[in-house]
Amino acid sequence: MAEVLLSVDRLTMRFGGLLAVNAVSFEVRAGDITALIGPNGAGKTTVFNCITGFYKPTGGRIIMHRPNGGDLELAGMPGFLINQRAKVARTFQNIRLFAGMTVLENLMVAQHNTVMPNVARGLLAVFGLGNFRHLEAAAIEKARHWLDRVGLIERADEPAGSLPYGAQRRLEIARAMCTDPRILCLDEPAAGLNPRESDELSALLMSIRDDGCAVLLIEHDMGVVMRISDHVIVLDHGVGLADGTPTEIKANKHVIAAYLGEEDPEDIAEIVA
Amino acid sequence: MIKALKDAGISALIALGIFGAMVGLPSVVGEGGKLSLDPQPWTVAIIVAVVFIGRLGMVLWQANRKPRVKAKSAAHSKYTISNVAGPLLLIVAVVLPMAGDRYLIDVGVLVMTYVMLGWGLNIVVGLAGLLDLGYVAFYAVGAYSYALLAQTFGLGFWTCLPLAGLLAAFWGMLLGFPVLRLRGDYLAIVTLAFGEIIRVVLLNWTQLTGGPNGISGIPRPTLFGLKFTLGDGPDTFAGFFHLTPSVTYRVAFLYYVIFGLALLTNWVSSRLRRLPLGRAWEALREDEIACRALGINVTTTKLTAFAIGACFGGFAGAFFATRQAFISPESFTFIESAIVLAVVVLGGLGSQIGVALAAIVMIGGGEVFRDFNEYRMLIFGLALVVVMVVRPRGLVSGRTPSVSLGKGVHIAADMMSQGHG
Repeated sequence: MAEVLLSVDRLTMRFGGLLAVNAVSFEVRAGDITALIGPNGAGKTTVFNCITGFYKPTGGRIIMHRPNGGDLELAGMPGFLINQRAKVARTFQNIRLFAGMTVLENLMVAQHNTVMPNVARGLLAVFGLGNFRHLEAAAIEKARHWLDRVGLIERADEPAGSLPYGAQRRLEIARAMCTDPRILCLDEPAAGLNPRESDELSALLMSIRDDGCAVLLIEHDMGVVMRISDHVIVLDHGVGLADGTPTEIKANKHVIAAYLGEEDPEDIAEIVA
Repeated sequence: MIKALKDAGISALIALGIFGAMVGLPSVVGEGGKLSLDPQPWTVAIIVAVVFIGRLGMVLWQANRKPRVKAKSAAHSKYTISNVAGPLLLIVAVVLPMAGDRYLIDVGVLVMTYVMLGWGLNIVVGLAGLLDLGYVAFYAVGAYSYALLAQTFGLGFWTCLPLAGLLAAFWGMLLGFPVLRLRGDYLAIVTLAFGEIIRVVLLNWTQLTGGPNGISGIPRPTLFGLKFTLGDGPDTFAGFFHLTPSVTYRVAFLYYVIFGLALLTNWVSSRLRRLPLGRAWEALREDEIACRALGINVTTTKLTAFAIGACFGGFAGAFFATRQAFISPESFTFIESAIVLAVVVLGGLGSQIGVALAAIVMIGGGEVFRDFNEYRMLIFGLALVVVMVVRPRGLVSGRTPSVSLGKGVHIAADMMSQGHG
């Protein structure tokens, strides 16, 4: 079994009187596509926001195991540091691109910390000092590589806001990948895509996994989830319901009950199809 | 043909705008030292006609000469306002003091100061999308820094200039810290209050700032040690170059100082826009949450925007102090912030050439219409309303990409976010 990259231990998130996530534990392993599923309002996005530093969890631990042995506690760490140091990248349920900037610029912004390691270096670059040119050229190369992989190289100089929906989704993934993540967190990447686009997305995600980046995704499209996931975690009402391979999850009674409210073989067949 | 006529018409209009005021309305000193305007409609008409015919001829000549090349690069050959107006304005700005007209140069200095302030504020508002209503505070910090350093330690203008910029940048960061979490209206209110606090402190801290009496006798700048006084000693400009002493030299020198400072502001901010820092500012304007998810430290990014914007405000302030030789809190009221912000918004957020045009229209226009007395503000207000109705995103809107694989395509303003404060 592959090494554990991220372990979430009894994660709890409370908003006032609302317990959104209640002691959820799971693990993300290197080289896996891990899917986080569950009915609407189950707390999936909240878990994501805790992992990526947008929320400070009220309880529990999120540990990133780094290859050099150092463990990093992500709970309560500011979001930008989680990306910088723990190498966790994410996309958003409602796409958040820099709409007024070009496709290429979006990917360049993602490499901000590589091109400008600190403010002093950033200011020195005004006078052409430092190895800025070199770093910038390398960043453009990497952006070109990812544009090729998501099939957007032809549209590199167009504003991101003018791309069709499916292309925006792919661009957001490419942008996240430009930060060199070890875990890529995707919040409903297949939402609003047509069947052909979903297939392309599945292929892209599997190629990202094969390159050694673990993928953690929230998804409602069960076709995509069951086809590409190595590991599925089910949440319902903020509680972890099941944890296993896609085949195990398909057969799990609790999961079926959570999705349908009762056991009905015909509807189950519809969902897992 | 119609297209060529239209093109020539636009050039003629630009010429009218530029030369109408400069050549058409020279002021003459009449009896008893009374200043009066001496309108020259025919000279202007001739210049405009020459520009019109010249432009028409040029366009027609180009169209007939190489039609194939033109068809090929149709997307390229479009004359953008920055390609045409930029160099034109630069040439006009360089030769302006040579006209030797004291009033004209004075107006030029005033316009140039606002161009510089506009470019400085553009970093904060236009690029980073942080609405700052208290920009005048940094202008004041710069002015008082120079005045106090010069009075207390006897330092010269060129020593104090970077110090004034640094101090203003420091205050920019001080303002930045508490407002990091604020957005939109809330940010605007706090920055507005900050501007007022600085002014009230200057007004009441009488031991240091002289309170409402201000600070007078602020030393003038020198050119490598040469003074611009009316004597003809070897240490004065006129004496050194064996010229007849004249006030015009000093005014022209001040003009070139502010011109140089403004160019510096433009150069630094245009360059920053193409660097990672500037890209991060623009990304911040587009979507702050996405920035955080990409590992960009939003705090530092915002603070650098505030600090660098404030730094240029400080430079402009030091210049203001040395030009006036007298400063008091009265010069740093909210209306100044409002005018600078209006220049930026009217010019088009993030557009360098737009801000310059807007400053010329607003400040220069305000001077030209001085004869209309009470109707001046009416005309001015009406003009602003018309511009905002016709071009809601400012005179020059949109942006050019900071990096491109092929040819950079201009991005329309409706694609861009205006920032959330």
